[in-house]
Amino acid sequence: MNNFLNRLKSSPVGILGFSIIIIVFFLSIFSEIISPYDPNQYNLRMRYIPPFWISGDLNFILGTDQLGRDMLSRLIYGTRISVIVGIGGVIVSMVIGVFIGLICGFYRGIIDAILSRVIDTLMSIPFILLAISIVGMVGISGNDSLIVIIVVLGLTGWITFARVIRAEVLSIREKEYVESAYAIGQTNFLIIIKHILPNVIPYIIVLSTLQIATVIIAESSLSFLGLGVKPPIVTWGSMLADGRDHLATSWWLATFPGLAITFTTLGLIIFGDWLRDYLDPKMNT
Amino acid sequence: MIKYLAYRLLQLIPPLFGLTIILFVLLRVGGDPIYHLVDPEASAEEIEEVRKAYGFDKPLLVQYMNQMEMIFTGNFGKSFRFKTEAMPLIIERLPATIELALFSILVALIIAIPAGCLSAIYQNSILDLFVTIFSTIGRAMPNFWIGIMLIFFFSVVFRILPVSGRLEATSIILPAITLGTSIATTMARILRSSMIEVIRKEYIVTAKSKGLSKFKIIRSHILRNSLIAVTTVFGLQFAWILGGSVIVEEVFAWPGMGRLILKSVQLRDYSVVQAGVFIFAIIVMFTNLTVDMIYAYLDPRIRYK
Repeated sequence: MNNFLNRLKSSPVGILGFSIIIIVFFLSIFSEIISPYDPNQYNLRMRYIPPFWISGDLNFILGTDQLGRDMLSRLIYGTRISVIVGIGGVIVSMVIGVFIGLICGFYRGIIDAILSRVIDTLMSIPFILLAISIVGMVGISGNDSLIVIIVVLGLTGWITFARVIRAEVLSIREKEYVESAYAIGQTNFLIIIKHILPNVIPYIIVLSTLQIATVIIAESSLSFLGLGVKPPIVTWGSMLADGRDHLATSWWLATFPGLAITFTTLGLIIFGDWLRDYLDPKMNT
Repeated sequence: MIKYLAYRLLQLIPPLFGLTIILFVLLRVGGDPIYHLVDPEASAEEIEEVRKAYGFDKPLLVQYMNQMEMIFTGNFGKSFRFKTEAMPLIIERLPATIELALFSILVALIIAIPAGCLSAIYQNSILDLFVTIFSTIGRAMPNFWIGIMLIFFFSVVFRILPVSGRLEATSIILPAITLGTSIATTMARILRSSMIEVIRKEYIVTAKSKGLSKFKIIRSHILRNSLIAVTTVFGLQFAWILGGSVIVEEVFAWPGMGRLILKSVQLRDYSVVQAGVFIFAIIVMFTNLTVDMIYAYLDPRIRYK
């Protein structure tokens, strides 16, 4: 941990990425305290107020939307869905992907052949198209929409984990320490848990960080298309979809949510790339 | 070469088989599939009638066999929205999607090749830093937002390009730039790293000592060898490009397959969704096959493996 912090301190790019992640995480946890207003509180007399540097109105720093709701508060609450879906979706893909990757790489043979074909098949269908189709077919109703989105994005995103982990396990299982473990009669299960899994953990960490960015973009795409989490839950994607209709008159409605998404994913990508260099300079994803 | 082609064609059989299972499951993942096929206000008798007509009253295995037959004859049933066969509806919109994909790839090449080359040749320079910063930001931006911002600047503020549709010759520009820039970010990054690797190779030293000009070395030795890596990654990325086109088509009201599928998903017009997902997957599989063949042609070692 000390080594980690020391290395992080010496990298301005790493610090930038890490700080962005911390800021977004912090905003998502303390949304109620930080937001100046309730994100769904509308006031039709206060519609379309531009950001403060144009309107001079410091009550609404980033302006208001078509229903007079405060943009800043909505953006802050929007961090929640991104964080929950990002982390939740990646946990689902990670568990499935790592499990399948370990099994395929370790046992090879028929199981690997079958599962690899499954991966080939899924790779030929665009990830977002599959997610759109499943969400559309399952249908999303009010309360469980969040769970549906997390599960769907998790189920469509595990392939990345499975492919990388499988390839790594294939080379790790040929190492001498795995051979020695066999020689002293350890069971396959113990070998996987004690000797193989710890060696793929750096890959899991790096992939997870980068994959959270992918899932956040996928979630906002689904919300943008009207297939995401339903109101009153605020999402950046649905804010963008609303803002798009008012582009000619109120540019800030579509601009800020997009900046928020870019800011968040940028932090994850920068930090993920830094982590990759820190944990293993040879890894190439 | 023929032998390799035959081998690669045989390799397509399992994913095609897998695809039939995915389509079968997709229709049933939301519960009884019959509700995707009938009008929401249909009476119980009407529902039963449709159920019989589609064979949903038969055992699952029989239903699966029927679906296999449907897929291999290209008959995905009728769209309840258009009241016509689903497959021709999808095929009709295929040219628009292909056009968008090709123009986007062109935009990506125009941006990525100079950017990747320059940042690899002048590694760690200000120029390299500039390219790296731009490609990182490009990776982080969702493509629908890039599209909306382009519409804002070029169609709303400057009024020089059409907002949406496919009626004018200039309509393709904004969608192609939107999708193209997001492809370019990945392409430039891969080109840069593979060029840096090639620059260190011994044959480049040989070329230098032969007294070849810098331009010639870059063009015929470094770039050519680096493009092999780009081609491979491009094949892997193609599914992702088509996925992006679904969203870009929606943003620009581009009348392609993606937009039709999306509308059909929203209306639960299932036969169209099924036919669309099928065609998308087939395109990806055959693009990968083509990429592999090109790769085998460029690098004979692959053929004899």
